[in-house]
Amino acid sequence: MERFRLVFSGSGGQGVITASIILAEAAVLYENMNAVQSQVYGPAARGGAARSDVLISEKTIDFPKVTHPNVLVCLTQTAYNMYNPIIRPGSLLITDSRYVKTESKVDARQRELPLYATVMEKIGNPIVFNICVLGALIALTDVVKPQSVVSVLSSRVPENFLDMNRYALDLGLEIGRGAKQIKKD
Amino acid sequence: MAVKDYIRKRFFPHIWCPGCGHGIVLNNLLRAIEKLKLKKNEIVMTSGIGCSSRISGYVDFHTLHTIHGRALCFATGVKMNRPELKLIVPMGDGDALAIGGNHFIHAARRNIDITAIIMNNRIYGMTGGQFSPLSGYGTKGTTAPFMNIDHGFDVVELSKAAGATFVARTSTYHVKQMVDILADAIDHKGFSVVEIMSQCPTYFGRKNKLGGATDMMTFYKDHTTPVGSKEKKANPELIERGIFVHEDLPEYCNEYDKVIEMAKASLK
Amino acid sequence: MKKNIKFIQGNEVCVEAALYAGLDFFAGYPITPSTEISEHLSKRLPEKGGKFLQMEDEIASLCAIIGASLTGCKVLTATSGPGFSLMQEALGYAIMAEIPCVIVNVQRGGPSTGNPTHVSQGDVNQARWGTHGDHAIIVLTASNHQDLFNITVDAFNLAETYRTPVILLFDEVIGHMREKLVMPEKGEIELVDRLRTSLGEGIDYHPYLPREDGRLPMSDFGGVHRYNVTGLFHDMWGFPSDNPQVVHGLIRHLVDKIENNVHQIARFKEFFMEDARTVLVSYGAAARSALHITKNRRARGERVGLLELQSLWPFPSHIVREKCASAQKVIVVEMNVGQILKEVKNAVDNPEKVFLANRVDGELITPTDIKSIMRLIHGKGV
Repeated sequence: MERFRLVFSGSGGQGVITASIILAEAAVLYENMNAVQSQVYGPAARGGAARSDVLISEKTIDFPKVTHPNVLVCLTQTAYNMYNPIIRPGSLLITDSRYVKTESKVDARQRELPLYATVMEKIGNPIVFNICVLGALIALTDVVKPQSVVSVLSSRVPENFLDMNRYALDLGLEIGRGAKQIKKD
Repeated sequence: MAVKDYIRKRFFPHIWCPGCGHGIVLNNLLRAIEKLKLKKNEIVMTSGIGCSSRISGYVDFHTLHTIHGRALCFATGVKMNRPELKLIVPMGDGDALAIGGNHFIHAARRNIDITAIIMNNRIYGMTGGQFSPLSGYGTKGTTAPFMNIDHGFDVVELSKAAGATFVARTSTYHVKQMVDILADAIDHKGFSVVEIMSQCPTYFGRKNKLGGATDMMTFYKDHTTPVGSKEKKANPELIERGIFVHEDLPEYCNEYDKVIEMAKASLK
Repeated sequence: MKKNIKFIQGNEVCVEAALYAGLDFFAGYPITPSTEISEHLSKRLPEKGGKFLQMEDEIASLCAIIGASLTGCKVLTATSGPGFSLMQEALGYAIMAEIPCVIVNVQRGGPSTGNPTHVSQGDVNQARWGTHGDHAIIVLTASNHQDLFNITVDAFNLAETYRTPVILLFDEVIGHMREKLVMPEKGEIELVDRLRTSLGEGIDYHPYLPREDGRLPMSDFGGVHRYNVTGLFHDMWGFPSDNPQVVHGLIRHLVDKIENNVHQIARFKEFFMEDARTVLVSYGAAARSALHITKNRRARGERVGLLELQSLWPFPSHIVREKCASAQKVIVVEMNVGQILKEVKNAVDNPEKVFLANRVDGELITPTDIKSIMRLIHGKGV
C-alpha cells in the first residue's frame, strides 16, 4: 500500500481532530499498522481553522508531518482555499457540499458529498458529522476496515451515543461507496 | 525533655547580633515544643534564607534549609507525604512576604497543616539593612536613605484574607504569650501564621534611631495591646497582639485523601 | 486488539513511563506544550494512591517535588521554556543537596514567551548551564514514543543512581503527536530503587558521606535519622561549611560523579553508520527528519548514516568522535542556531568538516530541508 498521507481540515468544533485520531487509532490498534497523528495547535479550538495530519503505513513513519497529502478533506471554504494548493496532483479531495464550493482548476479527484445534509436529515444532530465524513473517507480509500473504526468508537464513545455514531458512520460509508462507483464510469 | 536537649549544642554560640530578638524566638519556640511534649523525630523544620532562617541549623529536628522565599513549597512536598509530622517554617519578613509572598498566600489558601512563623524585624538583616515589605512608610534603610515610600503589609490581615485558619501576633517582649501562641499554632490542624515582632537593633533600630534592644522591646511593651481590648479604641495606634483567627476547616492533606478515594472508586 | 498497544500523545507516554518507573508525587504548573502531562497525572496518580499538586508556579513545583523526594518518593515535574527558566534556582538546590528528581521540559520556541505551540530545541544549553555555578547535569531526549518511554524510565533510574536531578528535554512535536506505544510488561525494564542506608536508629548516619563506589545511601527524611539538608556547601553531616577543603571536595564530587560516568550515561542510536561518508548527528524530533532523509539517500546508494543522540549532557564526546572518525562530512541537524553543533565540532578530529542543518522558525525541519543543505555542502547546488 502506498503511504496514506491525510490532511483533515475544517474549523474548530467540527470534530476534525477527533475523527482523524479515531482513524489513526483504528489503523494502529486493529490493523497492525503504524500511524502518526499531529495537529496544528493554537487558539483555534473553537471556530478557528483546524488541521490534523495523519500518516498511515505498514512501514515505520519517520517524518511525522504531511507536506503533500494524497488525501485531503476540507470541511470549510477557508480550509479548502488554504489547503488545495498543497495536495499531490491527482489525489483525492473530499469536501462537504454544504460548506465548500469547489473549483475546477484544482488538480485533484474532487468529491463533493452531501454529508452534512444527510446527517441533519437522517439523524438531526451535527455532533456526528465528523464520523459521517470518516465513513465516506474510508469507503473512498479503503485505508482501514469499517469494523476497525467501529471498535475504536466502542471504546471512546459513551454507550448511549454509540448507535448514533454507528449510524453516522454507515451513512458516510454509503455515500462514499456511491461516489466511488459513479466515478468508475 | 529539657529545652536544651532540642538544640545542636556544637553550633553555639549562634550567629545573631547582640540584642537580636531571634534568639528569644528560638528559646520560646523550644519551650512551646516542650509544652506539647513533641519528640525530636516528629518535627521537620524547613527554612529559607535570612537571619531568621538560621534557626533551623540550631535545632536537633529534621532540618531542611532551602532557598530564599521557597521554604513553604519544600515543606508542602514533605507534609503531603509525611502528614503525621509537624512542619514548622520560621521565616523573616522578606523571606515570607517579599520573595516568598506568593508561596505564603497560596499555602494559606490550601490550609495545609504547616506552622509559619514570621519573625518580623522590619528589615533585611543578613544583607545589611535594606528595607523590607514590613518596614513601613517613612522608615529608613540602606536602600531607602531618604525615606521608604513603600507601605507595609499587615501580616494578620493578609493571612486572614489568604485563608489561614490560625492567625496570631506577639512580640519578643511577651514571651509567655509567645510560648502559648506557638504551642497553639503547632497544635492547630491547618495553616497557622504567627507573626512575632522581633527587634533588629543593629540595622532597623540604628537606621531609624529607635535605640538599643531594650528600647525596642520597651516599645513592644508600650505600643501593643491584647486583641479586642478597650485601649485599642482609645488609641488606634496600638498594635493588637493575641490570636485573631482560630477555626477548624478541612485540612489539605486530609482533603487530598478524599481525592485518592474518589480516584480509586472511579476505577471500580 | 492487543491490550498493551496504545495510540497516544508523547506527553501521555511520558506519564505512562513515569508511572511504570514508580512515580509517587508530581507537582507542576500548566504550560503549553507540556500541560497534558499534568492533566493525565492529576487522574492517574491518585488512582494508585500517589499525589498530584498544582502549585502556584514552577518555582514552587520544583521545590515541592524536592521536599517530596527527600521523604522517599519518586518525583516528577513538567514544564516548558519559561517555566524551566523559573526552575533554575531550585534545580541548583537539587544538584547541591543531591536530591533525585526528574524534570521534563517540552521545549517551545524562545526566548521569553516565544512560540508556545511550535517546535524548537532551543533549551539545550539552558538545560546544561541554566543554573548558576559549576555543576554537572544529566539531560536525555528521544525521538519516538517507544524510546520516549524507555528514556523516561531511564531518567528515574539515573536520578536514583547518581542522586541527581535528571532533565528530559522533549519538544513540541514529540510531546503532542500521537503514535504507537507498545507498553512494556511489568519487569521488562529494570528499575533502580532508592539506595537507602542500612543503618538503624541511634547509629550515626552521614547523609553526605559517599560509599566507596561513590553512591550516597539516603535516609527517608522525617524518619529515624535526623540530619540537615542545605543549599550551602556542606560537610558529610549536611551542615554548612566554607572550609576550602570541604568546598573543593564537594564541587569535585558533584561534577565527577556525573562527568566521570559519561560512558555509563551515554545513550545513542545509529543507523547505516558502517560505511557512512556523510554522518548526520541529530536528536529529538529533528532526528526523525534526519532518519527519513538517511533512508531516502541510502536507497539511492549514497553513503549516509545517522547518529541519534539520546543523552545530550554530559555530552558523549567519545561516542561522537569515534562514530565520526571516518566521515568526510558531519551534519548536525537541530532546531536551534547550533547548540549541539559546537559540541560536535569540539569532539571531532577536524571541526572544519562539521556543518549545521537547522530551522528556527517554529516548523519542524523537513527531510527536504536537510537534503538541500546536504547538496550545498557537497557542492551540488540546490
